[in-house]
Amino acid sequence: MLGKTAGSLFWMFRYLERCENIARLTEAGFYIALTRSKSAEDEWESILKSAGIAAQYDGAYESYSGPSVINFLLRDRDNPASVLSMIDLARSNARTARTALTREVWEAVNEAWLNICKALKKPVTPHVLPEILALIKRQSSLVEGALQGTMLRNDIFDFARLGTFIERADYTARILDVKYHVLLPSVSLVGGALDNVQWETILRAVSANRSFRWVNKGTVTPKGIANFLILDRSMPRSLAFCQWEIAHNLGHLSRAYETQFTSQELAAELLGGVEGQTIDGILVQGLHEFITDFLAKNRALASQIETDYSFYA
Amino acid sequence: MNFYDEMIEDGAPRESYASYHQWFESQDPKLLKRKMVEAEAVFRRTGITFNVYGKKDADERLIPFDIIPRIISAREWNRLTRGIEQRVKAINAFLFDIYHDQELLKAGIMPQSLIANNEAFLPEMIGVTPPGKVYTHIVGVDLVRTGPDDFFVLEDNARTPSGVSYMLENRETMLQIFPELFSKNKVQIVGNYPQMLRRSLEACAPPNCDGKPVIAVLTPGIHNSAYFEHAFLADQMGAELIESHDVRIQKGKVCMRTTQGYKPIDVLYRRVDDDYLDPLNFNPKSILGIPGVMDIYRAGGITIANAPGAGIADDKAIYSYMPDIVKFYTGEKALLKNVETRRCSDADSLRYVQDNLQELVVKEVHGSGGYGMLVGPASTKAEIARFRKKLISDPDNYIAQPTLALSTTPILEKGKLSPRHVDLRPFVLVGPDEIITTPGGLTRVAMKKGSLVVNSSQGGGTKDTWVLED
Repeated sequence: MLGKTAGSLFWMFRYLERCENIARLTEAGFYIALTRSKSAEDEWESILKSAGIAAQYDGAYESYSGPSVINFLLRDRDNPASVLSMIDLARSNARTARTALTREVWEAVNEAWLNICKALKKPVTPHVLPEILALIKRQSSLVEGALQGTMLRNDIFDFARLGTFIERADYTARILDVKYHVLLPSVSLVGGALDNVQWETILRAVSANRSFRWVNKGTVTPKGIANFLILDRSMPRSLAFCQWEIAHNLGHLSRAYETQFTSQELAAELLGGVEGQTIDGILVQGLHEFITDFLAKNRALASQIETDYSFYA
Repeated sequence: MNFYDEMIEDGAPRESYASYHQWFESQDPKLLKRKMVEAEAVFRRTGITFNVYGKKDADERLIPFDIIPRIISAREWNRLTRGIEQRVKAINAFLFDIYHDQELLKAGIMPQSLIANNEAFLPEMIGVTPPGKVYTHIVGVDLVRTGPDDFFVLEDNARTPSGVSYMLENRETMLQIFPELFSKNKVQIVGNYPQMLRRSLEACAPPNCDGKPVIAVLTPGIHNSAYFEHAFLADQMGAELIESHDVRIQKGKVCMRTTQGYKPIDVLYRRVDDDYLDPLNFNPKSILGIPGVMDIYRAGGITIANAPGAGIADDKAIYSYMPDIVKFYTGEKALLKNVETRRCSDADSLRYVQDNLQELVVKEVHGSGGYGMLVGPASTKAEIARFRKKLISDPDNYIAQPTLALSTTPILEKGKLSPRHVDLRPFVLVGPDEIITTPGGLTRVAMKKGSLVVNSSQGGGTKDTWVLED
């Protein structure tokens, strides 16, 4: 496989994951705005921060009003992280990697692009927003389904999965980073409605409000949330889960190519750094420091993967 | 002018269309209209689009697809393929000869100057024998029909014929939207073309290839109008799709940059013209080619399909000699007809062309895509007058042919059948030991009533082409 193809697969799935994540973030913000209108502006701001595009937004808009944030997140092509920009990039990478994809996966991506572009042609009103967000998530699931159901389990599949999990780990960690202060034990002592809003946003942003309640039998504590998002291996968006998947795919690649790569060592180290911990240990060490360190290492891992497998554009 | 309609004769369907016609008559026109919409959705989803250069808002477009198939009987087809295969065989023999001993010129069949002064003739190929002695691995012969068994060759397309992905996808789409038709009609399959192409290319692997040959498709890139087809063919053949910056030359082989280092390529199916193929040997400004690939080729390190220099065989100036070429190399009379062609560089011809512009089709010698041509009978007096001026100012640039009465087959228009002119491009694969013509090909159809120009750039569409089983 060409290094270019491998790189395109990796990025195609990173962009698709980003699309889905932006949809989740928007959904969380919208839900808060509907149910707790007082804290809406703050929440929109923190959502822009989680998406890493607060600065761009501030340059273009005056206030954090729902409609302008939503349109910025979903359909502003000047925003390089908007859903429209992401789906364009995902599809153009898919075109470059066309020969590595089954017809089903290619058509799922192409249809995602067609349908999402069509749905986002006009400004998004609250009236159609839930439908559009559902569409974005559904299109992404269709690609994932086609990938799982039709692709050979070879290096192509590994590069696709690596893109998904590197991106997902980054996203979950960034949400934690923006919200870390509300997950600190001292805050739980204060308690109160505001914090519940924050917790709600976090869980909704990773589509885990329901699964969290299941796992924790209804008891919501900040420590419980932090544990769930960082350490719980049964949670498909937790840092531990993502790193475990990454280590698995890199192990598979290493066996297939009969070579030991540096990225594998980095991944093992990163996974060990998560798995060997307890949530109390992380909180003592400092949640913010832990997340910052994780984000940096995850980025370093991504760029090592690009080097090891000769990705190029 | 009388036109041969392929479906209807004196109000009744011809034999090859009998079963289809009966089915069509029993269909609800509303349902057929829905099927048209469905077909378009299939094409959009599959991404079978072509890029239109310089149009930002609509940079991906669909070629119109008509859901009425064009049907050819086994008898008609067998006769036709004999002619095609004879011609393709002659073309390869001609290319070998012209780049070796030039017996044809020695025999005085064709003037020396036609070869020597021709840009499509590559001196770099003199004395080079391509692996398997195959020059044109893929040929797309453009044919038009004027009567039951009257097929004329318009062009031989011996360089890098395109459109085969439409042949394949048109059939896929028809299978999806009208499955029942294929149980009622026994249609010969076209879907194995990519496998046959692969087999054919493998059979032409270079001498220093050990093991299973590695095949790569060379594309100018994602912005090329035919990128979809390049990716499609590479995918279907299980070949790599590469651009110039994906390779470099290493130890006498062209090698591609993979996730596991540089790996050699044995057969290069290039979709880049000769001129752009190798900036060291040809156009130095080309960024689409592989520097030095010609040297590797001449040393037997790679097979290039189609061979560099094959374009001399489909040159418009050579075209008029094709009947003689076929005779010379096969010893047989050419089975397919050539269209009588006058070169306007010749004073007598120019005079004749000027006097008969309203009857003739006049084309640029190096033109393509239906641009810059005059179809006399379909033009107004003013258009003819304007064209006359262009012709007189540069007669060497034009050739003229009689206007052929192109056959028609119907398209679906407002729920009804409506005849339109068509041409046909069958795809022929040439290996060292066999020539295979895929049963069918690409039917291009002029969607505009009365128009004789079928090119997609001029609003032409395509149809699925059926060759029935015996």
